[in-house]
Amino acid sequence: MSAEGWTPDEIARRVAADIPDGSFVNLGIGRPEAVANFIPEGKELVFHSENGLLGMGPSPAANAIDLELINAGKKPVTTVPGAAFFHQADSFAMIRGGHIDVCVMGALQVSSRGDLANWSTGAPGAIPAVGGAMDLSVGAKAIFVLMTHTTKDGQPKLVEDITFPATSRGVVSRVYTELAVINIDTDGFVLRESAPGLAFGDLQARTGAPIRRP
Amino acid sequence: MKANLTTQDSNPLIDKRINFVGDAVADIRDGATILIGGFGEAGSPIELVHALLDQGARNLTVVSNNAGNGHVGLAALIEARRVARMVCSFPRSSNSVVFDEQFKAGEIELELVPQGTLAERIRAGGAGIPAFYTRTSAGTPLQEGKEVRDFAGRPHVLETAIRGDVALVKAERADRWGNLAYNKTARNFGPIMCMAADQAIVQVRRLVELGDIDPEHVITPSIFVGRVVEVPDPADETTLINQGIKRVPQ
Repeated sequence: MSAEGWTPDEIARRVAADIPDGSFVNLGIGRPEAVANFIPEGKELVFHSENGLLGMGPSPAANAIDLELINAGKKPVTTVPGAAFFHQADSFAMIRGGHIDVCVMGALQVSSRGDLANWSTGAPGAIPAVGGAMDLSVGAKAIFVLMTHTTKDGQPKLVEDITFPATSRGVVSRVYTELAVINIDTDGFVLRESAPGLAFGDLQARTGAPIRRP
Repeated sequence: MKANLTTQDSNPLIDKRINFVGDAVADIRDGATILIGGFGEAGSPIELVHALLDQGARNLTVVSNNAGNGHVGLAALIEARRVARMVCSFPRSSNSVVFDEQFKAGEIELELVPQGTLAERIRAGGAGIPAFYTRTSAGTPLQEGKEVRDFAGRPHVLETAIRGDVALVKAERADRWGNLAYNKTARNFGPIMCMAADQAIVQVRRLVELGDIDPEHVITPSIFVGRVVEVPDPADETTLINQGIKRVPQ
């Protein structure tokens, strides 16, 4: 553990350990992608990429790149035995029809009601872009958020009410940060685990809404 | 030159093959709504889009997941100011510069649609379903101006179907009836866009004989396809961008 709590790899390892064996999983673009590197030996997960692939494998070697085999982040990937390709309506039927077990996403803010903001800062002049974030967050059976606990200037990202534009309402069930793993139930944030050596008061002070201890 | 329809003219066989991409897009009109396949560059029908650029139709509405990369393909069409309105889910990318400039200058209209809603609106357009309700975007800025109705105690947003006058799609193989098979994740929007357009125009790496695509492996049945044109060695955007190609004279 560093002074700031768990490292990004340690967090990704925690997420990977918590995803039930046999799950169909969608990993959001960016930091959530690292979760795929830490699947425990003996656990079988099937990775979904919303551009039309189930059974996504790791990045290819440089000499094996196929520009027509990419992930949702538009990076080259591979398939694993058992993989399937399908068109966009089928891919989002998997998502919106509740067939994806777990989606791991990044976020700008998560509220104690499970509201998610991760597609837009709402800054004037910014080019709005949403992709599949709204569909994934309402459609997957469980939404895990993987993010830093606070902004670069120390503002809480776990909040009472989101101030950035909503992606979805009442959808997030768990948040993983460098400081803690926090569940969200009907009464708000509940501590599942905190980084070693971190006092509860310090955690609460860096969180924008009350955390209950189980 | 008009489309080469001599085979069709001289005998009654169904033959949707066109010899040249320019002929395949020759009759696209100003003001048309064009569905363009592709997710990023995978499945992007770059030769058809360049043919449309050369053809000159303007004031287009383009429905496509992204808004183009670099200065080629859809980005070139936008750069030449042929596109009045974009309907897409993710207009930003690391290489997207042309759309950004026009959007920030207020010179191009954007309808931002969640990717799954975009796919389902297109699918619905192809399936004769005028509108549907979805949870996606409920309680967000993208539900503004739309009817919201509760089902099973949760708010759902009414979304309307999308149809195109034309679809431009890239596939791997086609026969003369227009049956299609695709390559890997380049399939993405192709099948549903073919369904949802009055005239689906498809570029393929290889034209094959009827029956060469196993009926079990036909992904888009011929009924949804209007024209097929062979482009044996299609360009890829990454290479063109890395070469610094600008398709529109600067």
